[in-house]
Formats: sequence, structure tokens, C-alpha cells
Amino acid sequence: MSDPVVRIEGVSITREGRLVLEDIRFDVAAGAFVGVIGPNGAGKTTLLRAILGLVPLSAGRIEVLGRPAAERARAGNGIGYVPQRHAFPADFPANALDVVRLGRLHQRDGRAGERRAAEEALARVGIGGLGGRPVGTLSGGEQRRVTLAQALCASSKLLILDEPTVGLDLPAEQEFYALVRRLQDELGLAVIAVSHDLLALAGEADHLVCINRRMHIHGQPEDVIHSHALREAYSCEFDFLAGEIAHHTTEAHGASEARSEAKPSEVMQTEARSEAKPSEVMQTEARSEAKPSEAHGGDRS
Amino acid sequence: MLEHAFMQRALAAALGIGVVCGALGFFVVLRRLAFVGVGISHAAVGGVALGLLLGVPPLAAGGAFGVAVALGIAGASRRSRLGQDTVIGVFFSGAMALGLALASAGRGGQQDLFAYLFGNVLAIGPGELLGLLALAVLVAGGLAATFRAQLFVAFDEELARAYGHRVGLLDALLLVLLALTVVIGVRLVGVLLVEALLVVPAATAALWATHYRARLALSIALGAAAGALGLAAAWQLDLAVGATVALVAVLGFFASLALRRG
Repeated sequence: MSDPVVRIEGVSITREGRLVLEDIRFDVAAGAFVGVIGPNGAGKTTLLRAILGLVPLSAGRIEVLGRPAAERARAGNGIGYVPQRHAFPADFPANALDVVRLGRLHQRDGRAGERRAAEEALARVGIGGLGGRPVGTLSGGEQRRVTLAQALCASSKLLILDEPTVGLDLPAEQEFYALVRRLQDELGLAVIAVSHDLLALAGEADHLVCINRRMHIHGQPEDVIHSHALREAYSCEFDFLAGEIAHHTTEAHGASEARSEAKPSEVMQTEARSEAKPSEVMQTEARSEAKPSEAHGGDRS
Repeated sequence: MLEHAFMQRALAAALGIGVVCGALGFFVVLRRLAFVGVGISHAAVGGVALGLLLGVPPLAAGGAFGVAVALGIAGASRRSRLGQDTVIGVFFSGAMALGLALASAGRGGQQDLFAYLFGNVLAIGPGELLGLLALAVLVAGGLAATFRAQLFVAFDEELARAYGHRVGLLDALLLVLLALTVVIGVRLVGVLLVEALLVVPAATAALWATHYRARLALSIALGAAAGALGLAAAWQLDLAVGATVALVAVLGFFASLALRRG
């Protein structure tokens, strides 16, 4: 079996005296799609930034493509990264091709090579005709594709996506994930995606990793979704019935260990989420009508 | 007017200063560093006053002071929880107060200091002109060498960092280049109005151009035009050169604004 693209061994991260991540360990194989899920404030983005080598580790080790992450970051890490963002600056004075080319700037392979790679990447994500458009004038979905093209321009082995569909409507979100799956199949990319949208990732990923400061479970989406560990991480109940999700507040006396360890703000967040959540309910209903998991099922087979 | 050697030198200086201010101004506007420019230029007063008191070349002392303050702003902004604007407020008021206190302590220093506050391009000698132009070439070279990395940082700091660019170093370099540009610009328009050349041509260019290459070229051209036209207008109307250069630049901005809206 080939070496994993990413190896995370017993990683803990402390920020401003607070333990943000504790003893995280999992591997990402070449060509695998790993979804990282967890409630708000669980440390998902911190984990991604650690893989990118941007956050110092308090303990443990992260290797990316055989090299320590921090060392790789200093050298220009060669990881494709789609950060969490809402929109490009509206008046940024560059077109889509310029922005994609920036992803390859650190590789110093000359302007011609850079341009060729950027044009190829734009074509791969299906917006080859938009290279000359000012980035601020593109729609949200097109901007996300530009960032994805930039990531492809930077790396053909590993993509890291941080809440890549925030701000997109459901069809655009589905299109985005379908595109990522297609690129993964075509290029053999390993993908690590973080999302608060558990259902969307469960429908796409080969493996799910559920964290809330520490790792609660790592496995096949079907197993993770029905596990007690998921409820423990989110401090609430999920019932999955024929693609629909109903979400209940855990009774106070049944609160999990994770809940009892959480800070008051996290508990408040969890309670607010379980009480209100109209947008998630709407999204869940819309999703259950569209059945994206069925739509994508064929792509992966 | 160009039959006079001092006017020839003044025109060369005005063009060179306009070009380099226009180029740096592109990033001042894009990265919203206008207040940083104000901070550094006013902080340079402290260095100029110190130079006058100690008998060292005032612009060299002002430049060293400006660079030190720029690095101080960059470091303190990253390490402290205070916003960059607050840090600038502390640094520039402290440095400027130091300059005014030193000027009040020195004999006859106040009048010399005023020349740096308001600029005096007509008094540039051949040696100083060469020094200014060499500094302008150095700033332009530094900017050209890091231009696209700086553009990436302006687009998204986090992405630039993720792709291996040393964002802290690039930030510090940009502020040092800004400090050197302030020193260059002070000779033409003075400490109080150097901001006009750093911000206005680039802001005018932003009204017309949507691509960075066109915007940069236009910003440079407008900076040079403001310098040359301002000098000519000051000669014809017998006005203070620095203020006239700044007014020409500002008039260009409002004319562009009216044309773009109309």
C-alpha cells in the first residue's frame, strides 16, 4: 500500500492557553475524499491550517506528501487550498486568469508555464471562457470555481477545502461538490474538506472524521452518521430516516461527556442551534427532495 | 521656465517623485494604507528635526526615522491586540511631538523644519537630485521584484500565506518602501502634503482602470503629470510648489469623478 498523502499523528494544538485540538490522528490516502465535521468551534479550520503548516503544533506530527507540514509551508507547500470565504473584493483589479495564476507564483516556473497551467485549470473547472472577466464581477459559484482552479494550479495531489460552499445556494453547492468529485476521479487527488454541513459532506466523502476538540470517530460516512460518537461530538441527537434528518435537543441529564467539558459559549451555541435552526431545517428539506447522495452515487461508482 | 537650471532640476525631481509616488500609491489605495502613509510621513518630522539638531542630513535622518517607525508599526500591529490604526496613532503622534520639541530646543531649527513640512523642490541641488532619483530607482526596483506577491497578499493574505509567501516580510517591505517614498516625496510637497501624491493619483486611476496593469500605469502617469503640471502652474501663478502639485492632483481626481459619474 502506498504512503498516505497526509499523516496526522497525535496532534494537539494550544492557542492562547486553550487546548483547541487534542490527540488527533488519522491518515488520508491518495485519491481519498475525507470530510471533517464537527460543531462550530470544534477546531476544524485550525486542523486544516495545521495541515497547511500555518499553525504550530503543541504535540504530535503532521506529514504532507512525506514532509513535515511546517517545513513544506516554508518552501511553498504545493497544497491546493480553498479557504472559507464569502466573496472576492468587488473592486479587486484583476481578472479570473490573473487570480488563478497567483496560485502557481511560488513555483517559479515562468510566466508561460504559469499561464498554461492556469488556463488548463480554468478549463477543468468549467469556466475556461471566463478567464478575462474581472473577478469581482463573477457570481458566487463562479468565484468558488476560480478559487478551485487556483488550488488545482498550485497542486495536483492534495486539495484542502474549508467550508467551500458557504454562501452558495443548494444547486450551486451540489454542482461544486460534483465538480470536486469529478476532478478527484480524473486527477487522483486526495481531498480534505471541512464543513459544518454534515449531510452535504456525508453524501460526498469516502471517510468522515468527526472532531470536537478531540477526535470522536473516523470511518465510513454511513457508520459515522449512525454512531453514538457523532451525537456525543455535537452534544445532541440526530435521527436519519430515508435521507431526512430530524434534530432533537438532548435531555439535560443525558448530556454527553463532550458537552460537560465544553465552555459555556459552546454550550449556548449548541442550544441555540438545536432550538432555532430554521435555515438548516429548510436546507435539509430541500436536500431530501433533491436527494444529492443519489445523484452523486453514480459518479463515484 | 526651463531656461533656469534650478527649474530643470525641479522638473526632473517632480517627475521622478510623481512616478514613484504613483507606483507605491497603487498599493496604498489597494491595501487601504492611506493612514499608514500619513503616520509615516508625520513621523518623519521627528527624524528631520533630529537631523537638523545633530547636523546630519535631515532627509537621511527623516528616512531612517520613517523606516524605523514603519517597522515599529508593522511589528506592533502583529503582536498587539490593538488595531493598526491605533498603533499608527501612537507612533506618529509620538514621533511628530518629538520632532516639534527638538525643533523648539534648537537654534533657528524651526524655519528649516518648515521647509520640510511644506517642501522646497526649487532648492534641490544636483547632488541631491541624483540621490533622490537613485532612491526612487531603488524603491521602484523593490516594488517590481515583489509586485505580484504583494498583489497576492492584497487579494487574500491567508491564501498567500498558505502558498508559501512570507506575508509578514512582504508587509514590512511594503512599509519600508512606503517610508522611503515619503522621504522622496517630502522634497516636492512636504511632509504635510506627501499623502496627496501617495493617494490621489492612485485613487484617480482606480476610477478609470479595472485591471491592475492599467491601474498601475495610469497611477504612475498621473503622479508624474501632477508633479510636472503642478510645478508649471506654480511657476506661472507664483504659488507654493508643493501645494499647487497637490491641488493639481486633487483637481484631476474630482474631474475624473465627475466624468465617471456623468
